[in-house]
Amino acid sequence: MNLRATTNRIFDILTRRLDGPLMVTIMVLAAISVTVVFSASGGDTFDRALGQIRNFCVALVVMWIVANMSPLLLMRLAIPIFLVGLALLIGVAVFGETRNNARRWLNVGFAIVQPSEIMKIAMPLLLAWYFHKREEDLRLADYAIAGLLLIVPSALVMRQPDLGTAILIFSAGFFVIFLAGLSWKLLLAAAVAAGAAIPFVWPFLHDYQKQRVYTLLDPTTDPLGAGYHIIQSTIAIGSGGLLGKGWLTGSQAQLDFIPERSTDFIFAVYGEEFGLVGGLLLLALYLVIIGRGLMIAMNASTTFSRLLAGAITLSFFTYAFVNMGMVTGILPVVGVPLPLMSYGGTAILSLFIGIGILMSVSTHKQLVAT
Amino acid sequence: MIGTTIRNRELEINVFRGRALFAGFAILIAFSVVAARLVYLQVIKRDHYYTLAEANRISLLPVVPNRGLIWDRNNEVLAANYSAYTLEVTPSRVKNLDAVLEELNTIVEIQPRDKRRFKRLMEESKNFESLPIRNRLTEEEVARFAVNRYRFPGFDIRPRLFRNYPQGDVASHAIGYIGRINDADLKRIDDADLTSNYRGTDHIGKLGIEGGYENELHGSTGSEQVEIDAGGRAMRSLATTAPVAGNNLTLTLDIKLQKIAEQVFGEGRGSLVAIEPATGEILALVSKPGFDPNLFVDGIDPQNWDLLNTSVDKPLLNRALRGAYPPGSTIKPFLALGALESGKRTPQQTISDPGVFRLAGVAHYWNDDKAGGHGLVDMRKSIVVSCDTYYYQLASETDIDETSKFLRSLGFGTKTGIDIDGELEGTLPSRQWKSNRLAKGTPEARKWYVGDSISAGIGQGYNSFTPMQLAHATATIANDGVAMRPRLVRHITDVATGTIKSTADLDINKPTRLALKPENIAFIKAAMAAVPIEGTSARIFANSGYVSAGKTGTAQVYGVKRGEKYVAGRVAERLRDHAWYIAYAPADKPTIALAVMVENGGKGAVAAAPIARAVMDYYLLGKKPDIAKLKTPDNEPQSDD
Repeated sequence: MNLRATTNRIFDILTRRLDGPLMVTIMVLAAISVTVVFSASGGDTFDRALGQIRNFCVALVVMWIVANMSPLLLMRLAIPIFLVGLALLIGVAVFGETRNNARRWLNVGFAIVQPSEIMKIAMPLLLAWYFHKREEDLRLADYAIAGLLLIVPSALVMRQPDLGTAILIFSAGFFVIFLAGLSWKLLLAAAVAAGAAIPFVWPFLHDYQKQRVYTLLDPTTDPLGAGYHIIQSTIAIGSGGLLGKGWLTGSQAQLDFIPERSTDFIFAVYGEEFGLVGGLLLLALYLVIIGRGLMIAMNASTTFSRLLAGAITLSFFTYAFVNMGMVTGILPVVGVPLPLMSYGGTAILSLFIGIGILMSVSTHKQLVAT
Repeated sequence: MIGTTIRNRELEINVFRGRALFAGFAILIAFSVVAARLVYLQVIKRDHYYTLAEANRISLLPVVPNRGLIWDRNNEVLAANYSAYTLEVTPSRVKNLDAVLEELNTIVEIQPRDKRRFKRLMEESKNFESLPIRNRLTEEEVARFAVNRYRFPGFDIRPRLFRNYPQGDVASHAIGYIGRINDADLKRIDDADLTSNYRGTDHIGKLGIEGGYENELHGSTGSEQVEIDAGGRAMRSLATTAPVAGNNLTLTLDIKLQKIAEQVFGEGRGSLVAIEPATGEILALVSKPGFDPNLFVDGIDPQNWDLLNTSVDKPLLNRALRGAYPPGSTIKPFLALGALESGKRTPQQTISDPGVFRLAGVAHYWNDDKAGGHGLVDMRKSIVVSCDTYYYQLASETDIDETSKFLRSLGFGTKTGIDIDGELEGTLPSRQWKSNRLAKGTPEARKWYVGDSISAGIGQGYNSFTPMQLAHATATIANDGVAMRPRLVRHITDVATGTIKSTADLDINKPTRLALKPENIAFIKAAMAAVPIEGTSARIFANSGYVSAGKTGTAQVYGVKRGEKYVAGRVAERLRDHAWYIAYAPADKPTIALAVMVENGGKGAVAAAPIARAVMDYYLLGKKPDIAKLKTPDNEPQSDD
């Protein structure tokens, strides 16, 4: 009985901060991811599949730790994390290491970090804290300050240049402002202003970024260059048909026609081998996470928790939509991995931290009731 | 209002819920768009993309047939194939080619010569083609590259068949060579509707047998359906259609005889064509200087190309077919035959040769080669001593159009029909020809004068013929007036079926009996047979051990002013006379007929006849020439010519 009690106690400690529906869904996604990564790495070596399992395991531990942190603690960490992230971003701009023509990495002595990844979490964390603090006396000026806090890090990341991550950081912060209730009129005005700004911003874009837009409009203009990615990934997905060609048997995937097939373009491999049915299943799993995330946000007890959970959930959607849109040829090519599917430790870690936060919000609400 | 302070907590939660629901709705729409896109790609356009994916995956690779081999009449190999590895690169797939080549050099040696040749290939070819950068890699180099291949995208090692000409520059003009297909070749291939058969082939016969018999040698290209990866590398074979190897050719050439003939020429420029009179089979076809056809197989490098192309000795010119020279006195037996046939002369008719020929009412006079003349000369003597005055007179009495017509029947001024390309017709003058030639001149200038006939009467003036034409006409006389089309290919072996097709059976190679009286031919043959015994080549043919027939010729390049004596030593080498000798042997039953021409060699009896003797000695007696002894002092006037 004692043993049983101990076991129950341990199980309770392990699971009480976890959210059942989210847990089940991410485990299914992790299983699909490892399966597809194995196929995308040629189907004859376990290196990448095992690496991906390791990534999930590490991320799971971190997620558990985050889930066990109360939203109050998270709120206290908001400013330090943001300041560290911002300092690192400025450090990158000044001392950063350049790889593949992009200055994204910073050597901090014991490790080489990519500070823009930290910003993906730090940004919504800070803005949620800010709106929480200003809750009682929210003015238009607060939106302006929030906008400034949002734009500075995003611009720094865009300058690296890393358009994909800049978009994700910006949208994460934007979702907080949006959910905090920025008026529709202002949103509309901002949208109009952004549209009007395109002709002015356009000349400042890098050639490769412009090329990606041209390529989206007509991939056949450069079939061996920038258009190659989109052409080959749409061929892969289209040729998969309703049920797919079957695991390990997609010719586009196995014969190397799909570029970046285990990372950014893994959806093409998945679409070719598992078809429309697989694609719709993936959309459904994402919808479960998003739906559950929004539910947690709506039931959250504080403004901070609400805004943070909501923004993280919408960010998750943004990841998925930008990636699938790119791979299926309806959005330009930007380097955004498919959430919980693409091979890569950093992306999975930051996504699991986000889900850990959702779980924290979901399981801590009675403790912070006001 | 914008910026209204929200104090009400319930209201704030409601705003949040409203925004979250709105977002949720937007997400559903966005995911529906993705789902709709998936339905469009995977259901509506599935077949289209499936076809594209299959086209990506499956490639029809040509399987190049083995090129036919070439042997001489005694089965000595003249052209063969060998397999070797080449390192190839597709320039369009390499960004900084020079830097990459530098790096590559640490693994596979790339010499400056290879680079120069590669540059040249690049200029000539399309950018997406795979071009060889290094040929004949060693096993070690292949292994080293294979390990480092990932560092060099766009580079690949391929096994290729190479052509090898083991005889080097011997018979190079007859055998020809293969070289990379250029734009002109492509157009010909396209016009002949052979494009699909040349997929994967990057070499084509350019000259000689390789060029003329390209259709026989090439074979038909097979194909292999393979699955390829994105890099274009074949992963596995799906289906194969085997290629059919090209046909093997057995030539009429006797390469040993050819070698002797080329040796005898030494460093000199000139040509020799030896024919078997009864069949028209060409035993030797020499054009000196030659070139090494092996240089062309890998794509010739610019240095060697310039050397060959700009040399004053014109090594790439096939003098046997494309060199037209005044025939000099070698034309005399043919003109004599014409005079017999037309009845202008009888064998017995004599003329008196005072050493000079004058024409009534013309101030100009024509010197005989021998000062003081040959005295009384009949037709036989005119050939034996090569009397100019006899032929001046004959020419002055014969209409040029009649002469022209007769010579044409012997093949002068027309293509002999040899079975390789590029043969020239030479120049056989007539009234019409001169009028056309000087079309821009005054009517006076375009008129044919009797003086023109007289120059032509000793093989000077407007005449110019190829060594091939002289050899062919000589062979026709030797064969008693039965013309045989000269040919280089004896038989063609179909490798697939093993059947052997003799070219003698082709209609085009059937004998043509010329309308000549046998007694006239017999008379000319007898006169020619006297030349090596008592005539102009008697010294050279002393103690030959067989009876031959021949005629010397010395063709002027440099116009000697009247009254001036031609002295070889005083004339620049390139302006010296061309030396000729035509011959056949044995005189009674000829097995070989030939024409020798030594460019700027001087006297035919001195420079050309010894070559003819050496070749016939070897062919008839198996006697190898003593090369050192052939180098006789060349301007010693041994006899009139």
